Amino acid sequence: MIASTIDSLSLKPPTNLIAFDTPDDRGVSITLKWEIPQDISKIQGYQIFREAEDESLHLAGYAPVNKTEYIDQIDVRNNVPYQYRIRSTSPERLVSLFSEPSQKVYAYPQWFRKDLINVVVITLIYLALLIYFVQAARTGKEIFLRRIPGLDALDEAVGRATEMGKPILYVPGIWPMSEVSTIASMNILKPVAKKVAQYDSKLIVPNRYPIVMNVAQQCVKEGFTEAGKPDKYNEDDVFFLSPNQFAFAAGVNGIMERERPATNLFFGAFFAESLLLAETGNAIGAIQIAGTDRVPQLPFFVAACDYCIMGEELYAASAYLSGDPRLISSIKAQDWGKMGLLISLLLGSVLSIFGITFIISWFTVR
Amino acid sequence: MSISTSIWVWIAALLTLMIYSFLYKENPFYRLAEHIFMGLSIGYSVVILWYNYILPRIYEPLFFPPHQWSLIFPILIGMMTFGIFSEKYNWLIKYPLAVYVAGYAGVQIPLQLQTMILRQAEASFLTPDKFTSLFSSFNALLIFAGLVTTLIYFYFSAKREHGLGGASQVGIIFIMIAFGAAFGYTVMARISLLIGRMQFLLQDWLGIM
Repeated sequence: MIASTIDSLSLKPPTNLIAFDTPDDRGVSITLKWEIPQDISKIQGYQIFREAEDESLHLAGYAPVNKTEYIDQIDVRNNVPYQYRIRSTSPERLVSLFSEPSQKVYAYPQWFRKDLINVVVITLIYLALLIYFVQAARTGKEIFLRRIPGLDALDEAVGRATEMGKPILYVPGIWPMSEVSTIASMNILKPVAKKVAQYDSKLIVPNRYPIVMNVAQQCVKEGFTEAGKPDKYNEDDVFFLSPNQFAFAAGVNGIMERERPATNLFFGAFFAESLLLAETGNAIGAIQIAGTDRVPQLPFFVAACDYCIMGEELYAASAYLSGDPRLISSIKAQDWGKMGLLISLLLGSVLSIFGITFIISWFTVR
Repeated sequence: MSISTSIWVWIAALLTLMIYSFLYKENPFYRLAEHIFMGLSIGYSVVILWYNYILPRIYEPLFFPPHQWSLIFPILIGMMTFGIFSEKYNWLIKYPLAVYVAGYAGVQIPLQLQTMILRQAEASFLTPDKFTSLFSSFNALLIFAGLVTTLIYFYFSAKREHGLGGASQVGIIFIMIAFGAAFGYTVMARISLLIGRMQFLLQDWLGIM
């Protein structure tokens, strides 16, 4: 007993314990810092104790021996005064005396996260580029976007369906209207519908969401009207199928087998049903063009479709086909962003060899 | 061998076989299962919507104390969506969509910028600490080359000519290698789903396993 007390006394607690509200957060967190004792040979770690007016002194956390900082996030309440003490522990479960208590500290939320200034700056730069290119497009400045190979195949695919006297199936993905990829899909659907109307073919558009169905009906109707054939538009060809992902997939597969479309177009957000749809289309011998921004599904479309529009190409395709200057400008602004990123990567890497890391620090987020 | 005597196991097994019959060709059995599946899914969704959303989130907070009158505003915005069913009022749908898309963009843009761009770019910089061994040096250079050439592949403002064409060709090779790995990984997961279904048929239904 005496021996263990002497051993215990030989363990020194950390010194200069300070506690403060963790900066740049939503509150409910307090950061502690301390200086480790000179002799740490017998120390395994530090026990952190906390007390408040309605909380007696209790163990609130643990930090390993070399740590000088701990962030307490367990049941910390905002605007409640807390006080901390810390003590050393040894592998034999001996403990030192407590350190001096920290000053009283409150956790509270901050309005701004100063550590995310770089995110704000980059967003503002992107918005400035976007506004600049939209204005440029409005004043008639020509904005170049290269052709996307999959789009060149659209004419061929629609023409083939016409020659074969078979319909064209267009699946606008399985996500709601708020999704960028669904919006992009609707932008593609309208020119596709126009082309289909020009060729006097039939267009089938099954939908998973009623609102997407309504927007799709509007797009197809406008496409047929622009082609000068509003009477050929059939509202029943753009229909709601099922809100369940796999019931929808089963339904589309059934349609493929029964209607035998010559061309399948999959544009939008797809998930686990992507291969089910593309494989069935492949099995019936349809020419297939797919485009999605869901990267995990792209391998399936690449494997089972004739042409694939990958990731951001979907947005570019949507901008290209719609001809909307605002969309084209957004692609241009994104390209500038990519160039900026590329230059930063190359320059930052070269400068880091000489120990200059300020470019890398622009990309650092907590 | 002990065949299941549960009616539900039989129904599930027969529906599974009906769906699998599609592998041969489209047939009346598949069509029946397909329509049951779609009908059930719609009915199920309506029930879920009613009990998980409309009752606990709209009806009860509005009509039982403490009344949350502030809910009227989002409900009104949401109800504008039904304008789509009217020729005269279909313009109303712009407002809920605008609120939804704007809110979503406000949350997603900073988040995506942090996670998908800044963090990945920061990890891809070639810093001296990545050149500690031959393997780590090769790894760092490979990732860097993959990132740069893939970015060039998705550059739409210039024709793919000269150096840009070559770099985007290298980029597509990197993309295809990544797709190949993802394809294999997912097929593996799908095979495990098939095994699960086979287990159900052979074990739970037929009892021969």
